[in-house]
Amino acid sequence: MIEVGGLSVRFGRMEAVKSVSFSVARGESFGLVGESGSGKSTVLRAISGLNPLWTGRMSIDGQTLAPGRSKEFYRHVQMVFQDPYGSLHPRQTVDRLLSEPLLVHGMDNVERRILRGLNEVALPPLVRFRYPHQLSGGQRQRVAIARALMAEPQVLLLDEPTSALDVSVQAEVLNLLADLQQAHGLTYILVSHNLAVVAHLCLRIGVMVAGELVELLSADDLRAGRTRHPHTASLRELSIELEEPETNP
Amino acid sequence: MSGVLSREWLLSETPASRAHAAWVRRYRGWLQFRANGLAMVGLVTVAIMIVASLAAPLLAWQNPSAQDLAGRLAPPSFAHWLGTDELGRDIYARILYGGRVTLGMVVAVVLLVAPIGLAVGSVAGYLGGLADRVLMRVTDVFLAFPRLVLALAFVAALKPGITSAIIAIALTAWPPYARLARADTLTVRGTDFIAAVRLTGATSGRIILRHIMPLCMSSVIVRMTLDMSGIILTAAALGFLGMGAQPPMPEWGTMIASSRAFILDQWWVPTIPGIAIFVASLAFNLLGDGMRDVLDPRQR
Amino acid sequence: MLVEIRNLRIQFPTATGLSDAVRNVSLTLGQEKLGIVGESGSGKSLTARSILRLLPSNAVVTAEKLTFDNIDVLRADETALRRIRGARAGLILQDPKFSLNPVMTAGAQIAEAWRVHRGGGRRLAGQAAIDLLAQVQIRDPERVAGAYPHELSGGMGQRVMIAMMLAPDPELLIADEPTSALDASVQAEILRLIEDLVSRRGMGLILISHDLPLVSHFCDRVAVMYAGRVVEELAASDLTRARHPYTRGLLECLPTLSHRQKRLAVMQRDPSWLET
Repeated sequence: MIEVGGLSVRFGRMEAVKSVSFSVARGESFGLVGESGSGKSTVLRAISGLNPLWTGRMSIDGQTLAPGRSKEFYRHVQMVFQDPYGSLHPRQTVDRLLSEPLLVHGMDNVERRILRGLNEVALPPLVRFRYPHQLSGGQRQRVAIARALMAEPQVLLLDEPTSALDVSVQAEVLNLLADLQQAHGLTYILVSHNLAVVAHLCLRIGVMVAGELVELLSADDLRAGRTRHPHTASLRELSIELEEPETNP
Repeated sequence: MSGVLSREWLLSETPASRAHAAWVRRYRGWLQFRANGLAMVGLVTVAIMIVASLAAPLLAWQNPSAQDLAGRLAPPSFAHWLGTDELGRDIYARILYGGRVTLGMVVAVVLLVAPIGLAVGSVAGYLGGLADRVLMRVTDVFLAFPRLVLALAFVAALKPGITSAIIAIALTAWPPYARLARADTLTVRGTDFIAAVRLTGATSGRIILRHIMPLCMSSVIVRMTLDMSGIILTAAALGFLGMGAQPPMPEWGTMIASSRAFILDQWWVPTIPGIAIFVASLAFNLLGDGMRDVLDPRQR
Repeated sequence: MLVEIRNLRIQFPTATGLSDAVRNVSLTLGQEKLGIVGESGSGKSLTARSILRLLPSNAVVTAEKLTFDNIDVLRADETALRRIRGARAGLILQDPKFSLNPVMTAGAQIAEAWRVHRGGGRRLAGQAAIDLLAQVQIRDPERVAGAYPHELSGGMGQRVMIAMMLAPDPELLIADEPTSALDASVQAEILRLIEDLVSRRGMGLILISHDLPLVSHFCDRVAVMYAGRVVEELAASDLTRARHPYTRGLLECLPTLSHRQKRLAVMQRDPSWLET
């Protein structure tokens, strides 16, 4: 479904992404994990078309991608951003936010689609005419997910979608993402610095360090400790150590 | 079900439509504005001035152009509440009718200037690159002119009068709006919500018009109210120099100009229009400050 | 007892009257490490800041007892509070980008903190600043002392903050989500550093975080807050035996690397938790 070959992104003199290659099958969730500055978000933004300055080869569903993207592309590929506070227009109601993709793509049945969208992300209809600042972080992220799904895409790019959320809300949103993937047969690329989150949602994981993709492994392998690159091993150890509450005083 | 526009409806946590939501937001803003004493003073004063100017025919019983050379430079009396000027015309009536001219000029300038500046600034800020550089250099050119000098030159080239004065002032008043709009645009251009709109495949025009301009509105509105005082002064200065409203049309600046010789003995003749200008400027300033406190998201 | 809080209540005015942000909170702290854990809106930051009375001006604070080293913080005047703030109790915030002065070098800021509270000449303070930077385990303290905040990474910036707060040799350190903006590996380093310094200097520590397991590694006791109330207080080593459903919920809803989970447990919020 998604093929990335030798993707490189350069900002001025610095190479943020160095020849990254991976592929994602249809209906699969692929995770990209790494520390801040590893280039994982940059990869996502290059795929999404937000950053046109990349070199290499990318294709979605067999179609090679050019630096500029067509409106057709945006019907197939959508993105959910990290910061729920910054990804919704502060002066627009939820209703307006959700109707924008429908209007741009000229889709019909706006009213019905909006109500269905809210229902799918388990938001009550009474939030429809609220402004973002009147919603909680979890609600905002649900609106962002609903917005991404409005155009009925096949691919969802998720940039640290739960990093800014409380843990209880994170659990709800991760469950929601899993349900939506089942229901719509979506393909996910999930970027996060949280190993446990990525391993939970994704079957295959790519580990990035300083712009390079150093290892590709399955979530099961990661959990079992069958890692090959030392960085992956240290990330895994740290995550395990810190996630269990201390039992010895 | 509470009635439309009732207090309950306006404070609703669950609006039933986009219009309802917009009204709720406006009401909340109004409540915040109302809590600011000085801002309310500004608002009330501006409202009184505008209403008084519009109702001038009802409020002034004397004809502002009726001359009475025998009774010229008379002090305030029962017949003439604010006295008479150098041609015996009733100052009170001239202040009211002059308000129409002065305030009318100011509002006309601001309504002309804000949309142009907003458009130029937001397009320049969003598109960046060559468009940005060209538009900003054009803005710089107009910004470089001292307002009064350009206005004078323009008016002198055309026929002196209110229309020329309005256009002349507008020519130098628009650049700051462009700068403001561009600054606001640059601030929001890199945000995730604009990125999200770009990911719908919307055209740049749609993004600028429907998503970016609404965010520049608060700065522009605040600047409009604060600019009013400056424009009043420029219009008055033009009138003072004989380039604005032409006699016998009353206009606060012209009134000061034609009676400045009498400042020592019949002080009220030039001073009263001066006070009118001062009060108008101050009121707009207070109003603008109050609006900025409500509209500027940074201060929330 | 370094800090004693009994029945603290913090309210804020809203369009419809006063609303409780913190209610019925009682905590004590000796020379130990206390973690306050809660989600956003739980009131954990407000509770900690009330010890130094660093709350927004429209906050209404009442308490049966709110003391720092037996000084009544509620009724103290600004001068007395200023003698506590910084000198006897330091506060570290989440993002060093926003708490460090961008136009002063790191060394200058630490030296200033030193001089304000301890006096002394400029050279002595400068030397002390380099010394402190070494204490927070920065490998080349001279270089960092001459660097500006934007030239430092998040982890380095946080170390500089810690050095600044330790300059006056305080008795209490309040760390409000000090590592939430940092990567996992740097988080662990910074928290280990804080734990080490606090133990060595015999200070008290209040560590505020939303990460329950993380806090349990670096604190002796943990207080869990929900909607402005403390719902459970327990020793860090007893965390797995927590009894309150909210605490259990927080622990159980986390994704884990130890085994595969189909769905994550979702917290069922019980309205009875709001009554304490």
